[in-house]
Amino acid sequence: MWQIFHKLGSPKWFFGIATRLMPWLLAGALALLAVGLVWGLAFAPKDYLQGNSYRIIFIHVPSAFLAQSVYIMMATAGVVTLVWRMKLADVFVKAVAPVGLVLTFLALFTGAVWGKPTWGTWWIWDARLTSMLILLFLYGGAIALDRAINDEKSAARAVAVLVLVGVVNIPIIKYSVEWWNTLHQPATFKLTEKPSMPAEMWVPLLLSVLGLYLLFGWLACLRMQTEILAREQRTRWVKEHVLARRAG
Amino acid sequence: MAFDSFTAFILMDGHGPYVWVCYGVFVVLIAGMMLWSWRRHRAVLQACRRVHETTDESGRGSAQPAPATFTRVKVSQD
Repeated sequence: MWQIFHKLGSPKWFFGIATRLMPWLLAGALALLAVGLVWGLAFAPKDYLQGNSYRIIFIHVPSAFLAQSVYIMMATAGVVTLVWRMKLADVFVKAVAPVGLVLTFLALFTGAVWGKPTWGTWWIWDARLTSMLILLFLYGGAIALDRAINDEKSAARAVAVLVLVGVVNIPIIKYSVEWWNTLHQPATFKLTEKPSMPAEMWVPLLLSVLGLYLLFGWLACLRMQTEILAREQRTRWVKEHVLARRAG
Repeated sequence: MAFDSFTAFILMDGHGPYVWVCYGVFVVLIAGMMLWSWRRHRAVLQACRRVHETTDESGRGSAQPAPATFTRVKVSQD
């Protein structure tokens, strides 16, 4: 058990695994996203109430889902950073924060554009939208805080604490549509129930969510590798890696 | 296909602009993120390569700070 734990924490070991995983992640992501989005845009039936504007769901839900999911992953990595001081956990937080920021922005933006024809307004200060905006600020705050502190270890701990405090926002986002009266519709997918939409709608949606997950996996691997290279520049294995690639 | 014609697909009963703007921004931001991450990766990889190529021959090489400070101090005291 501890051996696996130590191995997982080794940047060199992760670097090798990521290199092998990345082509599969990218291929899977592009295939699933292409099928899911084309299906959703052109072949899924029109919604009886919202018409064609509902087709935004095929990018809105995956972005919003990932935005929260990435934050939970970051918070988990934050705990690992604080308790076990594992370098790789900190590398993860640093590498994926900008990805989370972009995903949150996409969820807010596509939501606003969807809101105009559906609710008649781009923006309203309702619970779901406001808590999502706070998530955007949390991502921005984590990135800014990391850049503001020069010492790598202090920065890692400070960012981990910020991310952990911010985790309180996640259940607020999730349950906001149930706790308060909001304009936002309730969750599309629930683990315990069958989706309320027909299969021609939820299958492409599920494919897009999975596709975006894989794409996030690819981005996380790539960005973590970059961060590892930058941090471990002077080590023997990085030297061997970069010189071998030049010769090959 | 859920639409009768290509024009109907583009217009989407008047919801076309909303839908297409969302998909456009999504593709641009995601592709941009991928490209940016990839280019940064290449840049860091090349920086590492430069560091190690200069140090490769001598074993220690120019990556270590040269004892120039000491020399300079000595000269200025003369």
